Amino acid sequence: MSDTKYTEDHEYIQIEGDIATIGITDYAQGQLGDVVFVELPETGASFAKGDEAAVIESVKAASEVYAPISCAVIEVNSILEGEPAIVNSDPEGEGWFMKVSISDEAELEELMDEDAYKAFIAEL
Amino acid sequence: MNREGRPTGAGETQAPRSRTFTGNKALQIEEPLIFERADYGHGGVDLPEPEGLSTNLAGLEQESAPDLPGLSEPEIMRHYVRLSQKNFSIDGGFYPLGSCTMKHNPRLNEKMARLPGFADIHPLQPQSTVQGALELQHEISGWLCNITGMSAVTLAPRAGAHGELAGMMAIRAALEARGDARSVVLTPESSHGTNPATASLVGYKVKAIPARADGTVSVEAVREHLGPDVAGIMITNPNTCGLFERDFAAISAAVHEAGGFVYGDGANLNALMGRADVAALGVDAMHINLHKTFSTPHGGGGPGAGPVVFSKALAPFAPLPLLREKYGVFSLIENPDEAENASPFGRMAAFQGQMGVFVRALSYMLSHGGNGLARSTDDAVLNANYIRARLADVMSLPFGNQSCMHEVLFDDAFLKDTGVTTLDFAKAMIDEGFHPMTVYFPLVVHGAMLIEPTESESKETLDQFIETMRALVKAARSGETGRFTNAPVFAPRRRLDETRAARQPVLVYEGKI
Repeated sequence: MSDTKYTEDHEYIQIEGDIATIGITDYAQGQLGDVVFVELPETGASFAKGDEAAVIESVKAASEVYAPISCAVIEVNSILEGEPAIVNSDPEGEGWFMKVSISDEAELEELMDEDAYKAFIAEL
Repeated sequence: MNREGRPTGAGETQAPRSRTFTGNKALQIEEPLIFERADYGHGGVDLPEPEGLSTNLAGLEQESAPDLPGLSEPEIMRHYVRLSQKNFSIDGGFYPLGSCTMKHNPRLNEKMARLPGFADIHPLQPQSTVQGALELQHEISGWLCNITGMSAVTLAPRAGAHGELAGMMAIRAALEARGDARSVVLTPESSHGTNPATASLVGYKVKAIPARADGTVSVEAVREHLGPDVAGIMITNPNTCGLFERDFAAISAAVHEAGGFVYGDGANLNALMGRADVAALGVDAMHINLHKTFSTPHGGGGPGAGPVVFSKALAPFAPLPLLREKYGVFSLIENPDEAENASPFGRMAAFQGQMGVFVRALSYMLSHGGNGLARSTDDAVLNANYIRARLADVMSLPFGNQSCMHEVLFDDAFLKDTGVTTLDFAKAMIDEGFHPMTVYFPLVVHGAMLIEPTESESKETLDQFIETMRALVKAARSGETGRFTNAPVFAPRRRLDETRAARQPVLVYEGKI
């Protein structure tokens, strides 16, 4: 079963069992504008919730992508390093950043579900 | 119309042809790249073939001409002059690029910088032969300490961020000297981006402090993050929103109480010079961008100079060389063992600093005098507030219509639902003959537009700018989207593809040579 949660920093996390896929939302890519560079973590790196996990640079700004939960990286989408434009064209599909193993499922409870995130960005 | 029925006035043009035969627009020449126009195999100078020449190169002599563009002196002259004429500069027009302090560079400064006693000396000359240059450095050091109220200064840093590095290295040295290595540096979100970058480069973990609703950082927010691991705070004042950090003195006191140091980013000194007592604000180290505040030509990579002033607590750790005066003789101390009562943390660069920038800056200081510098600060702040007051009703101020310092920050709320972005708006300003303001910086507001007029501009220039901005806002709000999304239309080149330039940069000429 797949379930997607969101952070206030506009990361999404798609959960499938104890594995999750992390990236930035469509709203985030729209705000950033054309993405020109993505720096991904090493496979095997582990993060506490809120740690800086990746860096994304657009024509407007450079920003950090934070770990939505405590996790360990099992795979990164290295295609993004050569073709950062995928983050703009398909952020919540082919433009994912990393797959992680979830360290503490309880942390997922603190994130927004899709409806809550939609309400959150409508306020911005 | 004149007697032959030809149009003579600016407004009498008939529908213009879209192109000329040459591609040139009147006397504005469409200039190709130098590689495209060059004649290879020819040189600019005809020299007779040497006769009976023998070399010791053992057959390694180059037999063909180098692949350099072959142009005569007048051709090469015209090429670069034409390119320079396409460049925009403060000498050519209003340049309100926020955070950059593009003020007029008085020609007197240039005359002084060309005096042979300053311009033609070498850093390895014996010190006895460059006493005048050292005296000038001593003089400017005194001015910088007086302007800020601080105890010591180093002239070594070559630019602002280099100065930040020097200041943070002094802070680290002071902490290490008392056996108290700390790991965290605080930076408000409204500080310059170079602040966290510098702290990180020096090896500190950076903690960002969010601003409160009025765009400034509160002492309470800083207190929340203070502790025995905090080496200090790096804080830009006025901040990148153009606002005075009104809690600054209280923040400094709190940081000092927690055993940390205060780095004040002095890049925005143009709003404070002669009016604010930096030492009384509790600053321990602050860089001063001579090339900005003290008017030397900048932009495009330098040269700049970023001297750092230090508090009493940090003064002993100032980097080498140390400039000393004894019985009217000036000397540079280059060896840490010779530094009496001081423990310099090292040195920032070879030699003593950017002499040409020092001369220009001192020329600016002396021609204004102390009161004149304070007056120029007043005018810089007044000009920014004049723009704010006259645009507040049509543009949007992210933190309300409060007084700003030397620059005014708008956001893009006034463009909501127009289909025009901040970038489109900036490009339309180019068509109107204005260098755009700084856009999308600072990041803390949406679609930022940061306007810094400086004290150089007359009311007439500001009024013309304001009327243009008002006309553009009206056009955007009345649906003339194309005026913005297509801009610039009248520039030598249309809109550049920034995305492609970043994703697939072409850094060397790839055509045929």
